[in-house]
This record gives sequence, C-alpha cells and structure tokens, in this order.
Amino acid sequence: MAALDNVTVKEGVDQETVDAVREVGGAYKHGWNTDIEMDYAPKGLNTDIVRLISEKNGEPEWMLDWRLAAYERWLQKEEPKWAMVDYPEIDFQDQYYYARPKSMEVKPKSLDEVDPKLLATYEKLGIPLKEQMILAGVEGAEDAPAEGRKVAVDAVFDSVSVGTTFQKELREAGVIFCSISEAIQEHPELVKKYLGSVVPVSDNYYATLNSAVFSDGSFVYVPPGVRCPMELSTYFRINAENTGQFERTLIIADKGSYVSYLEGCTAPQRDISQLHAAVVEIIVEEDAEVKYSTVQNWYPGDENGKGGIYNFVTKRADCRGDRAKVMWTQVETGSAVTWKYPSCILRGDDSQGEFYSIAIANNYQQADTGTKMVHLGKNTKSRIVSKGISAGHAQNTYRGLVSMHPKAKNSRNYTQCDSLLIGSLCGAHTVPYIEVKNNSSRVEHEATTSKVDDDQLFYCRQRGMDEEEAVALVVNGFCRDVLQALPMEFAMEAQQLVAISLEGSVG
Amino acid sequence: MALPQLKQDATDARLAALEMPAGGWPEAARKDALERVKSMGLPSGRDEYWKYTRPDTLVQPDAPKAALLETDEPLVFDKVDRLKIVFVDGVFDPEASDDLAMEHVSIDRLADAPDIHWAKDLYGVLETRGQTPVQRPLATLNTAFATDGVLIHVTGKAPKPISLIYRHDSEASDAILHHVIKVDGGAELTLLENGPAAARFNKCMEVEIANGGIFHHVRAQGRDHERRAATAIFTRLGEESVFKSFTLTANGVLTRNECVIELTGDNAVAHVAGACVGDGDFHHDDTVFITHDALNCESRQVFKKVLRNGATGVFQGKILVKEGAQKTDGYQISQSLLLDEDSQFLAKPELEIYADDVACSHGSTSGAIDEEGLFYLRSRGIEEGPATDLLTIAFLAEAVMEIEDEALQEEINGRVESWLTRRRG
Repeated sequence: MAALDNVTVKEGVDQETVDAVREVGGAYKHGWNTDIEMDYAPKGLNTDIVRLISEKNGEPEWMLDWRLAAYERWLQKEEPKWAMVDYPEIDFQDQYYYARPKSMEVKPKSLDEVDPKLLATYEKLGIPLKEQMILAGVEGAEDAPAEGRKVAVDAVFDSVSVGTTFQKELREAGVIFCSISEAIQEHPELVKKYLGSVVPVSDNYYATLNSAVFSDGSFVYVPPGVRCPMELSTYFRINAENTGQFERTLIIADKGSYVSYLEGCTAPQRDISQLHAAVVEIIVEEDAEVKYSTVQNWYPGDENGKGGIYNFVTKRADCRGDRAKVMWTQVETGSAVTWKYPSCILRGDDSQGEFYSIAIANNYQQADTGTKMVHLGKNTKSRIVSKGISAGHAQNTYRGLVSMHPKAKNSRNYTQCDSLLIGSLCGAHTVPYIEVKNNSSRVEHEATTSKVDDDQLFYCRQRGMDEEEAVALVVNGFCRDVLQALPMEFAMEAQQLVAISLEGSVG
Repeated sequence: MALPQLKQDATDARLAALEMPAGGWPEAARKDALERVKSMGLPSGRDEYWKYTRPDTLVQPDAPKAALLETDEPLVFDKVDRLKIVFVDGVFDPEASDDLAMEHVSIDRLADAPDIHWAKDLYGVLETRGQTPVQRPLATLNTAFATDGVLIHVTGKAPKPISLIYRHDSEASDAILHHVIKVDGGAELTLLENGPAAARFNKCMEVEIANGGIFHHVRAQGRDHERRAATAIFTRLGEESVFKSFTLTANGVLTRNECVIELTGDNAVAHVAGACVGDGDFHHDDTVFITHDALNCESRQVFKKVLRNGATGVFQGKILVKEGAQKTDGYQISQSLLLDEDSQFLAKPELEIYADDVACSHGSTSGAIDEEGLFYLRSRGIEEGPATDLLTIAFLAEAVMEIEDEALQEEINGRVESWLTRRRG
C-alpha cells in the first residue's frame, strides 16, 4: 500500500495502528486462492451451456425445461440500470457459467474422499472445529459433544455443495437440509411445488439468469410443527477466476415450524471482477418463523477500486400463512457492487416481516441495498432498520419499498434508515418508496444522514482511545440495533467486521 | 437516442396543437426550448418521475373540459392590501388589474416583448438548469410556448405584495404562463397567487434571488374541482438570500407542483411547504428537488396532506447535497392524514448526499386520525365532526405556520376551515 508509506503519522497514533492499517489496506485478509483443479464449461451462455449444467447435475427433464424457459425469457430482458451503482458493462458471454472442483466430478461417497486442499480452505474460512471434523469425515465426530450451540454447515465451494453435516440429527427431526441438486433428485415434488413460486422465473434480469444457469445451492424443508434443532449455515465461496456464481436457495418452513439460517461469505482476491447472481426463496406457512442472517464479506476490490465481486442478489420471503414471521438480517461489508433487496410478502393475516441491515462501503465500493415490505394481509407488521456507512470514495444507497394494499387493514410499518459518512469524498443516499392505500394502517419512515459525532469522538479520545478505536466504537454503537438482531455466532464476527472494514478510513 | 414510439407520437401530437409566439427577445430561448422538448419527449406514465401521477391529461393535445364552480365565497387574499394582476384563462385582463407601477419594482408582460429586456438573461435559463439530473419536459414546453406572464424586477423592499389572480371563465381553456422574477441584493418581495386559472394550466416561474435578497411566495390553488395544473418553480439563491414558498391546494382533479431549488450562495435559506385538502377525484402531487451547492445552507420541506373519498396524495422530495456543500442542514417531512378507507398516499422522499459534515433528515408518515385525540375532544363534549376538524387543522398547522406573515396565515387557515365545514355539509 504505497499510499500509506509516505503519510505523516499523526501525533498519538502508535506504530501498531499504522501497521494494522497497512496490512488491511494492502491485502485482503481472506484473499488467498486455493489451487484446486477446476472443471469448467466453456465461456459464454447459450442453450448448450444450460443443457450441460442440467446434465452435469443429472437433472430430470422437467428441470431442464424450466431452465430453458428461463433462458428464453432472459434473452428478452434488459439489464436494470436504475440502481445508483456504476460499473463497466458486463459481457455475459465472457463468463463461465459452470465450474466445479475437479475432484468432485464423481461425488464423494463419504467425506473422507474430500480433497484435503478443500478442507484447508475451510480452515482458513474459520469453519468451527467440529464442522471441520465432520466435513473431513472423522469417525464419530457427530457424536462428539458440541461446544455451545450447534450449527449445521452446507458448504458450497464454487458451484457444488460438497458436504452436509449434522445430517443424522436433522433427519431425526424430519428436517431436510441438502443441496438443491440433491433435492431435485430426492424431493422433486417439493422442488416442483415451490421453486420459482416466490421469485418467478422472469422476476428480474439477474433472477432470470440465475433460473437458467444456477449450478447449486441449498434446500431446506422444515416439516409442520418442527423447531429445527440447530442453526443452519452455508458458506458461499467464489474460487475460480472469472466464474459467475449462481446460487439457488430454497427454504420452506411448513406450518408452525421454526428455522434459523445463517449465510456467510468470503472470497479470494481477484483482478477481474466477478459476477454473482444468487436467488433465495423462502416460503413461510402458517405460524412458522424463519430467520435468515447474512454476513457478506466478499472481496471488495483493492483500495483503488480494482477488482471485486459484483453481487446482484434477489432474496424474497413469502409469508403465505397467517401469523407467519420472517426476519432478514444482513451485514454487507464486501463486494465491489452490491445490488440486493431482501423482501417480504406479507400475505397471511397477522404476519410479520423484519429487515435489519448494516451496509458498509469503503474505498470504491458501491452498495445499493434495501428491502421491500408488501403488506397484503390484515394486521401485518413490518420493521426496517437500515444502517449505511460510507467511507473513502464509496457510495451507499438505501432503496426500499413499503406498500400497504387496500386490504391490509390495521397494518403497521416502521422504517428507520440512518447513514453515516466518514470522509468528504463518499456518498450516502436514501430512496424510499412509500405507498399507503388504506387509512387504518400506519406507516412511519425516518431517515437521517450525519457524520460521526464530534462530541462522541471527543469523549472517547478524552478517555484515552485513539481515533480509529473511537470511530470503531461509535460506529459499532451506531449499528447496535442491527448487530443485536444477529444470532450469537454471527454477532461477534460481524462486530469485528464492522471495525475491520473501516480501518484506514480515518486519520 | 430515439424516443419510444408512444412517447414520440404523444409529443408530436401536442406540439402540433401549439403555436409559438413570434419575435422579440424570448425568441432564441423559445426555439432552444422547442429543440429540447423534441429530444426529451413529453412525460409518459412509464417515466420513473411520473410513477405516481399519470401525465396523460397534461400532455394530450386538447385540455379536458373543466366545469366552472359556482360559489359566492369571496376570493382568498381579498382582505390583503396588494397590487393585483389578473389573468383570465391565461389572458391578461388590464381592466381588472391594478396599475403595474410600484416603488422599487418594475413589472412588464412577457407578451409585450421588445428586443431588449433584462429577463433575456433569465428566461429559460433556470428552467434549463433544472433539467438535470431529472428531466421536466412540461416546463420546457412552457418556455417554448408560453403566451404571457409577468417579468418582475425587484430592486428594493416592495411596499406591498404583488398578487397574481388567475380566473377561469371557459370550460376548455388551456393556459400556458411563464413568469420571471429577479430579486436584487437586499431587495424583498412577497408574491401571492390564487385562482383556478384554466381548465388546464401549465405555469412556470423562474426566480433569481441575488445575495441577501428575500422572496416570499404564498399560493392558494382551489375552486374548480375539474381543473388540471402542472406548475413549476425554478429558483436559484445567492449568498444569505431567503426563499420561502407555501402552497395550499384545496381542489382540482390533477395538480402537479414542482419546485426546483438551487442553493448556490453560502448561508442561503430555502423553505418550501404545502398543505393540501383533497376529496374524491382529487389527485395532488408535490415534487421538490433541492440542490445544496454552497456552505452552511438550510433547506426545509414541510408537506401535509388530508385526503378523503378516494383522493390521492403524492410527495416526491429530494435533497441533493453536492460535494463540498458542508454544514448543510436539510430537513424534510411529508405526512398524510387519511380520513377514510379509500384514500391513498404515495411518497418517495429521497436523500442524495456527497458531503460528510451535514445534518440531513427526512420523515414520512401516513395514518388515520388519532383515536386518542378524538376521544379526548369527545370526552370534552365536542361532537365527532368538529372534533375531527380540529384535529385536521392541527395536523395542517405545521405546514401553514411556515408562512411568516400572520395575516396570510389567517387567510389560509380560514380557507382550510371553510373547506372542512363545506365538506361536512
């Protein structure tokens, strides 16, 4: 990080801080590249590639037809340009739409056969020891006492799900947690019924693309009345040069069930921007509850805005039954470009949707993120808490919709979106859409934009903190409402991420 | 880039129905505006900026008919001492108007266009500046085809308000007026506007306020239920200048009021407020765009809407703080009170901020009348009707109080009260 070599160190900043900043600014912490042989499909997108992906996954005819129909629709669609993000034109024919680790060509019968390098990757990712043991196929690992809360991991390495843990316990509870490709084979009736029912094939440009070319993802089905005995977790990774990653996640919470799903991501450093277009569909039936938490820490590009992931994600939950509840929590710190609006369709009476978000953009990152709360049922409630932090040259936009339909009597919405600006070259924007079509509903929207409060900083400095620590503390306080909504496992990691993401942005 | 076919057709049809006034100093600006309209195209329902308001009837070649309201209610501002300028269906009425001479003010008509005039440097200039980042083709159409308007140059403190009165006499009138107002350094003017104007009214006003100038604007749009209007104010503020605008809208099947404010001098202040009370087919749209491009400026937007019987209220407000516009204080509130099940409120309050040392906030709420407040008043022996009126007036008060002059505040409050009483029957 040459830029930092010549700076004059301010009085009171110790060498340790300078080193830390240099380290963070110079290299992305998770920016390694595991050298695993990849099996690529040729670059570009056409019906042959769609057929190839379907064939490689051993999919039945109906799935192939579904993909081909999506591909036809995609050809007719135009790339959306309304978001406040600016990136070079993506050449969709210059992307790989299928890549899988070569050692996976024949799926391992047991985890013993998993490529050791892959396991080393998990270690770098910080997957908990127990899951590593299980992923590595250690005998008896499943019976080993788990420390603290349990988390089942469905790890996605590039495009293929390579291992699923805690299967036994989940199976006993009746929960189906597997890769979507497996679900297509094993539970076609469920997939047929629900796939594309929340995010229709032609929903938007990127969702349509995903429908045509998704290579894998996770599938969760929680049967009626079952409280999923553990947190479900997926680690998404992007690990092949110029490979688009097209994940498809389908979560079904049947009547009266409960599940909490965690998703976390890191990615290796890259020179060429990578395309990512995931789709997450959640179906929440009567009295069911789903929590979906994300910590997104993909490679954001270097401090000059070179490289980084393009993240175009469609996430939507459909509260179909009465009293259904869904909660999205996201900590977005990575990606060069983020385009993501996790939404809730509140169809059932008394259903609830919540959205908690922290979006941090530093250097040349651009984030355009928010949510949609569509109130259709009576007495539905939604709550939006969004915290956007911009530093460096970054642009951070909250874009959201709250819609109260005429039949959504007595519904409530509360929205709070706060933006914090660190430095005079960044931008923070708020674009909410509010549509109220009945009078018994109450909608409240508040937004503020400000800089880090000088008084608070002064107070912290006076107590002996250096400026960076003080800013991290103030920012963590600013984000507290959202951090508290995260499950324990993620809350700590997220708190650290908040501090790390902003290092080097002050002083 | 070629326009979509439907937009092209609609634009061509509208332009074919208009005739550009010839000659005089505005000619160059008019021709330039015509070219700009042709390249932009007139608004269509597919435009993001017209997401909540259908522009069809504002764009179609002929104005839809609007019946004249028969009422014996005196006109608003009648009690105020002012200089009256009357337009009937967009045509200047010298009989009804006062003598246009007043101390510290020069008033000319756009239609009397000599070859040289101070307004040449402003006509269409602020409107053109207001076209980025969002296009406002109806205002450009106005620049090209406006048949008349007033050109007011204020050089000191005006002794009394100038009042523009727009009368509506013909059911199918289609009026296009364009005013230019120049407030010199240290000068001050209050401008009043009222009346339905025409079956369809396209009005554009450009206001240049020099360093230390003060401009107050109070407007009442009311009367005829079936009238349509698209109005736009473009203003540019110099150092320590003040712009304050308030609008009461009480009627009209379609009203779109745009206000484009550019704060270009340090320490300038811009307040824009609106109260609207709508019933039935009423559709009211407030679209505000405020650009902060100087240090330590203050902007404030306060919009309140009371809606019933299927009325629709729209608010699109944006605060843009440019890089370097530090110490900006931006405030925006939009609220609606829905008196029954059928009405709707659609809002898009935006912030776009590129400077870090700012305090900007916006709030937007929508809901029914406060049950507890109503219960309190009922328990004090006030019947439901008057109690609802009281709460409604209290709700609108925050916007009405933005008017500095107390006498004008009273006038406006009186209008709101009479609207409520009349509607209650």
